[in-house]
Amino acid sequence: MAAMTTADRRPGLGRAGVLAIAAVYFLVPLAASFWFTIHNDATGFSFSTYGDILTADGFTQSLFMSLGLGVTTIVVVLALMLPAMLAVRLGAPKLGQVLEVICTLPLVVPPITFVAGISTVLRWAPDQLASTPFWATLIAIQKPNFPIVLVLAYVVLATPFVYRSLDAGLRAIDVKTLVEAARNLGAGWTTVMFRTILPNLRTSIASAAFLTLALVLGEYTVAVLLGFRPFAVWIVTISGANAQLSVAVSLLSLILTWALLLVVSGVGRKRT
Amino acid sequence: MATPTIAPGPEAPSWPARKSTGRASRSWLAALPLLLFIAFAFGIPAIAVVVGAFTVEDPVTSTSRLGIENMTDSLQGAYRTSLWASVKLSAFVAVVGGVLGTFLAQAVVASKGTFLREAVMTASGVLANFGGVPLAFAWIATLGNAGLLTTTFGLGKTGFSLYTFWGLAIVYLYFSIPMMVLVMAPALDGLRPHWREAALNNGANGWQYWRYVGIPVLTPALIGGMVLLFGMAFSAYATAAAMVGATVPLVTLQIADALSGNVLVGHENLALALSLNMVIVAGIVMVIYLPLRNRSSRWLQ
Repeated sequence: MAAMTTADRRPGLGRAGVLAIAAVYFLVPLAASFWFTIHNDATGFSFSTYGDILTADGFTQSLFMSLGLGVTTIVVVLALMLPAMLAVRLGAPKLGQVLEVICTLPLVVPPITFVAGISTVLRWAPDQLASTPFWATLIAIQKPNFPIVLVLAYVVLATPFVYRSLDAGLRAIDVKTLVEAARNLGAGWTTVMFRTILPNLRTSIASAAFLTLALVLGEYTVAVLLGFRPFAVWIVTISGANAQLSVAVSLLSLILTWALLLVVSGVGRKRT
Repeated sequence: MATPTIAPGPEAPSWPARKSTGRASRSWLAALPLLLFIAFAFGIPAIAVVVGAFTVEDPVTSTSRLGIENMTDSLQGAYRTSLWASVKLSAFVAVVGGVLGTFLAQAVVASKGTFLREAVMTASGVLANFGGVPLAFAWIATLGNAGLLTTTFGLGKTGFSLYTFWGLAIVYLYFSIPMMVLVMAPALDGLRPHWREAALNNGANGWQYWRYVGIPVLTPALIGGMVLLFGMAFSAYATAAAMVGATVPLVTLQIADALSGNVLVGHENLALALSLNMVIVAGIVMVIYLPLRNRSSRWLQ
């Protein structure tokens, strides 16, 4: 034992070194960004950049658009994934492998190739569908202030995260027993779903929702290449005119995302 | 939007075997909306990419036919350079981020304080998701042309620029290292202290323990983490677009360029051919990883 402690002392120094270098590398950009937003050679120190955000042209519009897209995506992805994942647990285990493959696909297919496919379809479709009732649908899903086509894309991109969150939650409870107990006591399927299953999955549903929201708020690739202007795209468009403002908004959006993710990890820890 | 509900099971099952088959056939229905959605929202664009990549358009006669010209074009000249640059950047980030992340994870796992561990793990969870546009702007404010460190230390005179291959590598490591910490910390926790004690009792030194016990057990987790880092760096677009514009040729930037119509007439499908190349590269990397995935699970459970 004594020999081991002396042997461990040398790595102890190395360990402190590793941690110190990591701290510098990870903290300096954040500190420098903050400094960049509050200091200006011409005007000196000022927090006015943060005050300007609210009145900046397009800020509220793009933020509300992103939030709206986020909430819609959460509702759709949960409505699609929950029944499917419950079905796997309740009586179609073979479906589990299909589901796992489906939910890994978005990780193998980079978002930019996905959007290349979507934009090809959107370019091709008008020629083919102009004379059919689908024409109106095609226009409707591309409304500039609330593009449903982005919801479709985000649901696909969110499936891996939602799958992992829900899978962790379902592992912790015995779905089959719960459902059978509820059914034996005379509960209908709506009651089973909303009063037995969902309350037991509260935390993992919450973490799936927060992860999806964080994903949608930060998503840039799909939105910019389809020509829409949600939050992340807006940050880039203002960066040319006002670099300080774009860095300030970046920092704030970071803090917002971090708060969301911290809630997720806090919720996750409480349950264990 | 209508919420799909679970298909009702059989009313009063009297026969266990029948009960399970009856359920199985109807349980599929609950997954049907998801399967249809994926087939529609993912399947149609995927088919469009594959078909488009092999469709050659003739601008003169405005006809199209099947052919491999797009694919061969997408592997030549500037496009070939960009694909190669993307692979090199991602490989560099995967290997360096993988190694550094493992060291950091080991430093955290080996330290006794739970506070440090909690803090680093939480920070890693947060930073690993710190991609996209905000990451680019944070680094531009730090090391960009007018960045704080650049002006303070006069880095501009030394020829340093963030808007290069190596600049991108520094930035990508910012989310890659924390991701590796998240992957490696549980694996390092799985190394049993008595394996080390057994090795030391048998006369091994610390290096030999790592060489013959530690690293072989960790290899699948290491490679798995590096594959993940490769995939993240390979598919990253927002950070690169906000940071370097087009000064570093990357395949994602080329695809975006081609999608925005910045290609020769008749070569609009080049973006799709480039996309298909990306999917193929990502697929190959996944295939390398899959056989390794289960190898250490019996040790690290």
